[in-house]
Amino acid sequence: MRTFTNVPKQVEEMLEAGTTSRRTLLKSAGMLVVSFSAAGTGPLVPSANAQAPATAAGPYPDPDYKQLDSWIVIHADGTATFYVGKTDCGQGTGTGFRQLMSDELDIAFDKTTCIMGSTDITVDQGGSGGSTAMERDAWPMRRAAAEARRVLLEMASTRLGVPVDQLAVSAGVITAKADPSKQVTYGQLVGGKRFNVTLTGNNVNAATGVAQVKPVQDLKFTGQSPQRYDIPAKVDGSLKWAVDVKLPGMVHARNVKPPLAGAKLISIDESSVRSLPGFIKVVNKGNYVAVVCEREEQAINAARQLKANWEKPATAPFPSSEDLFKYMRDAMVTSRSNPVVVGNPDAAMTSAAKIVEADYEIPFQGHTAISPAHAMADPSNGQMTIYSNDMKSYGMRTGVAAFLGMPRDKVRVVWMEGPQGFGRTAADDAGCEAAYLAKEIGRPVRVQWMRNEETAWDTKAPAFAVKMRGGLDAAGNLVAYDFNAIAADYNHLGYNEPDTVLIAQLQGSRRARPAGGSAATPSEMYAIPHRRMTSQVVSMPLVWETPLRTGNLRDPNGPQSTFASESFIDELAAAAKADPLDFRMKLLTASTTDDSGFKRARSIAALKAVAELYGWDKRASPKPLATGDILTGRGIAYAFRGQTIAAEIAEVEVNRQTGHVWVKRLACAHDCGLIVNPEALRHTVECAMLHSLSRALHEEVQFDTEKVTSVDWNSHPTLTHSDAPAKIDVVLINGDPNPKRPDLPPYGGGETACKPMLAAVANAIYDATGVRLRRVPFRDARVLAALKAVRV
Amino acid sequence: MSNVILNVNGGMHTVDVDPSTPLLYILRNDLGLQGPRFGCGLGQCGLCTVIVGGVATRSCITPVSSVKGEITTLEGLAKGGKLHPLQQAWIDEQVPQCGFCQNGQIMTAKALLDKNPNPTDAQIREGMNRTLCRCMTYYRIQAAIKRAAKAMVADEPSHEAAATEVVA
Repeated sequence: MRTFTNVPKQVEEMLEAGTTSRRTLLKSAGMLVVSFSAAGTGPLVPSANAQAPATAAGPYPDPDYKQLDSWIVIHADGTATFYVGKTDCGQGTGTGFRQLMSDELDIAFDKTTCIMGSTDITVDQGGSGGSTAMERDAWPMRRAAAEARRVLLEMASTRLGVPVDQLAVSAGVITAKADPSKQVTYGQLVGGKRFNVTLTGNNVNAATGVAQVKPVQDLKFTGQSPQRYDIPAKVDGSLKWAVDVKLPGMVHARNVKPPLAGAKLISIDESSVRSLPGFIKVVNKGNYVAVVCEREEQAINAARQLKANWEKPATAPFPSSEDLFKYMRDAMVTSRSNPVVVGNPDAAMTSAAKIVEADYEIPFQGHTAISPAHAMADPSNGQMTIYSNDMKSYGMRTGVAAFLGMPRDKVRVVWMEGPQGFGRTAADDAGCEAAYLAKEIGRPVRVQWMRNEETAWDTKAPAFAVKMRGGLDAAGNLVAYDFNAIAADYNHLGYNEPDTVLIAQLQGSRRARPAGGSAATPSEMYAIPHRRMTSQVVSMPLVWETPLRTGNLRDPNGPQSTFASESFIDELAAAAKADPLDFRMKLLTASTTDDSGFKRARSIAALKAVAELYGWDKRASPKPLATGDILTGRGIAYAFRGQTIAAEIAEVEVNRQTGHVWVKRLACAHDCGLIVNPEALRHTVECAMLHSLSRALHEEVQFDTEKVTSVDWNSHPTLTHSDAPAKIDVVLINGDPNPKRPDLPPYGGGETACKPMLAAVANAIYDATGVRLRRVPFRDARVLAALKAVRV
Repeated sequence: MSNVILNVNGGMHTVDVDPSTPLLYILRNDLGLQGPRFGCGLGQCGLCTVIVGGVATRSCITPVSSVKGEITTLEGLAKGGKLHPLQQAWIDEQVPQCGFCQNGQIMTAKALLDKNPNPTDAQIREGMNRTLCRCMTYYRIQAAIKRAAKAMVADEPSHEAAATEVVA
């Protein structure tokens, strides 16, 4: 027996049967497994008790978001299952949805379960992305739950002969206020039956019934911290993940990637693998090559052994990573954003008493997910079922259907847990590959990338080169500001696009107009009288089939632009000999006629809160250079993502002998409006800060002029246990000018805390050493060289 | 192909495979275990960690024929329906984000605490350092290890007796 979370019961049963059949098959194939002891400990969390529309051999029409039954099923025992079109990438959104929906339905939280992300069972809310879970997608869920409560009250009114306004409801039991002996449970009213209630709304985000959601003050579970329901099965080994799916007759595939970026396949020598054990087929179209074998280790071995001739491209696909920023500054611009201009920045700069200029560089940084891309596809019955951790499972369904030329209703995606999302699994590659191979082979195919493929070929956050200029008046006030970013982001990948997914590119698919890409501008709310913000995109020489393909990585472009803007504000503060926090506060409290007061008030609240949390010592940076090997300092930075704000302080120890930086302490004030689950949010904020800390200290995609050379955890280091701060403090605040408003909305919580961290660390290093690092990452050698250059 | 006998979580299994096959694939694909997972295939990340004869072992680079001792996987930690203190601490501290690496974290921590029941912060960092997490749950993992260490010392009768003696 295995435990599932979020997966429909029918799928559980089918996969359990599949595991058994697989064992039978192994026996018949001569791979005798003599005994099976009870290796597992059995389920330690209740599996989902779903009572969903039947799933059989297809077709798989879209669940109708206008039917209340698509969202909520009440069971005879009084429990409820919520069906939501989202996926949970490990931040506890499923638990949050249950809290919000339990509140609106008036049912005990622990009597509910949640099914998510299976395209034939749950309405299409797009899956995960953009930290929209609570901010946007929880709204139709809440309204559906509120409508269910309203309908149940009407049913109870009829059943009990008591008007609705004389009924009370608590924990799924409706009682006549005047006569508590008159009561009926949700289970008795509708258990096992359909509501048959139609909702309205032009799209899923607008789906609503007649009922209104409750005021914030009436929410009971929202604001509490029930433990995440997905965690127990993740620590006892019982959870079935997308990587664990086994089906009768399944086979294993591994890809053979071009050895050089832009290489063209000339020939394959199939005889190099034909006699290997378990060999089934080499699948090839264009430059896409995969080897399929009976067993996983056989496929890995065969993919390594396959001999193929590749032709090197005539021109270099990209500069080497050492020459990247020079290349970007000289490259032809492919697109330019409309400049954001306030006042007259050129004139103000000319008349400034002091001008500060600086260039910042952020290299390509990858997702480097802890597990390489993977998926299983089952072509049974002329349908296609993909078992995947794609965070946008609905997009994958549409993408796979288009890629294979199948009707959408013959394709479904069963979403199952996987490694972190952060945008990588929205631009998933393995789903289309597994489906393509399954169609070719006619058996269920499981494909998984190897580590070197994932690290070299996953989607990348674009590299940024940012030029900044600032003008101070004689009193040290910032009067002119110029931000100009170049991002290497041409042909930025979308989500599950059948013509840009890597297999499609390798098979020769070309889009006439590649996506333009973008470069972000700063998100702070400083009132600077004369300001210009511009950005442009440049292209690498190789546009298609490149391992430097850009895509969304958690808070896309935010960490890069904020590294530049919030480092530069510190440089200006230092030039003005001002305390970095004071300098920011002055810019936030300066008089202005713009309409950003709401965000500015919340900015001030967050900066004050983080300064108090940390115990900020007011003084200009850098502090006087200390003696001894360890230099300490603190840096501050803040940013918005949408309406969510994070203000962060990093405290560093810099080893002057080795250049090693340890961020000893982190503090964050975080404001995302209505907080659904404070503990899950706190954890998300901690990890988001550390994710960016890894980008600040370690991460860089490295390449020569032929290929990516950072391909594993040695050549592409990441944050480790020894980098973890000794102390992390997070304070969750509500800086809304009207904090008790009954309609306080939740804003996204998954990404904002990534944004200020690179600058906070750079500012802390400057405070400790007087050395300004303008190039990420701050690896030991780079820091040491910078220290030595000025004899620190 | 040849028969290989494995002792996994107290049960004996015979599998007929190429003896050079990494242990990971046998555990996952033949024995139906899913605690150990593929992360790198290079012994660098720790996702595939199992305990062999008391030693945290990276099963992705361990040929099945070389395995001599008893193998414990994540599924084998709980006893009699009761979670191992490390697993309980992982829940109490709400450690995982995605959770994909946590097999490696828990199994590495298990081997660490078996050797050193009361590790210092520095020893935890050192002992866990090559076990990677890309959701960056390190801070909570370290807290959970300390919590589990305390719980395990408290559960150990001999330690309790020793403490009583000192007080007496």
